[in-house]
Amino acid sequence: MRYLLRRAGFYLIALWAAVTFNFVIPRLMPGDPLQNYIAKLQNQGLTPATIAALRKEFGADPSVPLWHQYLDYLNALLHGQLGTSTSEFPTPVAQILAQSLPWTICLVGAAVLLSFIIGTLLGVLFAWRRGSWYDTTLPPALTFLSAIPYFWMALALLYVFGMMLGWFPTSDAYDLSSFPNGPEWSLDFILSMVQHAALPVITLIIGSLAQWVLTMRNAMVTTLSEDYLLMAQAKGLPALRVVFAYAARNAILPSITSFSISLGLVVSGSLLTEIVFNYPGIGYHLFRGASESDYALVEGGFLVVALTVLAANFLAELVYSVLDPRIRHGRA
Amino acid sequence: MQVTNLGESPVDTAALIEQADQRHRGPFLNALRLLYRNPKIAAGLGILLLFVLMALAAPLLTPYPPDGPQSQVAQGAQPPSPEHILGTTSLGQDMFSQIAYGARVSLLIGFVAATGSTLLQVIFGLSSAYFGGLIDEALSLLINVFLVLPGLPLAIVLASLANASGVGKNEFVIAMVLLFTSWAYGARVLRSQTLSLKEREFVTAARSMGEVTWRTIFLEILPNEIALVASTYVGTFVYALGAEVALEFLGLGDVSHASWGSILFWAQLNGALITGQWWLFVPAGVCVALVCGALTLVNFGIDELANPSLRQAMPRKLRKLLKTRAVVA
Repeated sequence: MRYLLRRAGFYLIALWAAVTFNFVIPRLMPGDPLQNYIAKLQNQGLTPATIAALRKEFGADPSVPLWHQYLDYLNALLHGQLGTSTSEFPTPVAQILAQSLPWTICLVGAAVLLSFIIGTLLGVLFAWRRGSWYDTTLPPALTFLSAIPYFWMALALLYVFGMMLGWFPTSDAYDLSSFPNGPEWSLDFILSMVQHAALPVITLIIGSLAQWVLTMRNAMVTTLSEDYLLMAQAKGLPALRVVFAYAARNAILPSITSFSISLGLVVSGSLLTEIVFNYPGIGYHLFRGASESDYALVEGGFLVVALTVLAANFLAELVYSVLDPRIRHGRA
Repeated sequence: MQVTNLGESPVDTAALIEQADQRHRGPFLNALRLLYRNPKIAAGLGILLLFVLMALAAPLLTPYPPDGPQSQVAQGAQPPSPEHILGTTSLGQDMFSQIAYGARVSLLIGFVAATGSTLLQVIFGLSSAYFGGLIDEALSLLINVFLVLPGLPLAIVLASLANASGVGKNEFVIAMVLLFTSWAYGARVLRSQTLSLKEREFVTAARSMGEVTWRTIFLEILPNEIALVASTYVGTFVYALGAEVALEFLGLGDVSHASWGSILFWAQLNGALITGQWWLFVPAGVCVALVCGALTLVNFGIDELANPSLRQAMPRKLRKLLKTRAVVA
């Protein structure tokens, strides 16, 4: 329990850090980006009243002292106000992000789950058959695949399977012409969703698979040399039982420890993949925000992604403490 | 990024024997021997060297300039032909010259970001572990916060703010952004290794002989984890190169200047996929993948050097030596 409280405390601090970055960075940058940004808006033909409102929203009023700006900013965040998007004026940023977050979570969730399961099983297999032809050839091949940038892999898959072969749709999260009223609960809709998500998810799996395979393989190689495994084999236990109930069970812990790092990479990859596939998730909106200098949208997007990643990491640690009693009892 | 598993393995003796075996050879021969014994490092470094040479010798390899008004040498995007082996871009620029000159920008940014980031990693990781106590608490907190915050969105925020601030879109800004968002992982790895190293006798000995703190850290402890520093350096380089190409692809870099990322930015902008102009995006992507793949190979090699249990099979001579050692002992 103490362990969990400590971890919860850490995640709160990390969240505070993310929030504070958002506040501090634009104010630390040389040349005052906020004022430049507002000056740019004036050229876009927004009315002075709108600009005054935006200025107040950003807390960029020079007459207000800094600490007060900070409090105002925190207060606005607590009420879920992330400002107004200028690229999709006058939609609130919070609304845009609330609509796009579920898509990103589905994409990343499916990719992480599938690549964790496939990768870990492959890692077990490679370690068990160490030195076989597939153990010597496949890990380097997978590593090469994961060295390819996510978005370029996405471009290549989109080109081959979407454009040339026409097997998969090339944009959006579902068929917009069949479902003009937006998402609904029906089998057809879910099928359309799966069809649209298939290529992005495959991209993410290819990119992140090697990480799981190698972590699991290396941990398994170490675990397999332990005496208790020799004992288990000597007792005449079936091979499958030795591999999964004895070896893999202990070797899986490093994979779960590295979850936070790979999650961060998959989220980053997903943001880029969404841009290539025109998938209406957070990444797509981050990109639009960045290219149209919609500063509120970019900052809000970062905050939402950070919050989601922190929550997912906290969940992973809960799972870890269930799996590893040493952590629960503070003896790690 | 792969997991390095560098425990304090008893195989240190193997390294010692190897060292004694090589003492009478020169450093150059030793390096060659290392490459010969470790084909992964050799292959990886070989590929990397090819790209560095291509970047350096770009003006000799291609007569076409990469940007500027002189760079338009054809009418729009043309598929590969004898004059333009990789085709031309939508602006009629020679693609091979874009790639060769672009390698300069991309590799330089990766190099600067990875080098700066590694310096930060060493300073933060080692001092956090060595001093312990409150300093460790504070630095670990900082490291862990940076580790859980997603790097690319943070980099996008920083780069787009830098654009808005009038610093301008340039390579230096991108390198700084990448440096800032990439140091945490290595710092944590180095911290945990230093935690175990600082309890060793040689550190106690150095301290009791009155060695100054910074000398103990950087001249006693650091050389003992140089393999780990090397592998995190290579890992950071891979990350930085990929993220740099991604940021440029998003248009957050200087897209008027040829680099592998800006080539992809223009390819995407001009709808290279829809029009089937594969040569606009294939070469740059293959280059990034080759360089990152080569660096990852180097990293595998370093892991194998430092952790012999990962090697496929030990060289026969070494195994025999170890055996006789064991018998004597």
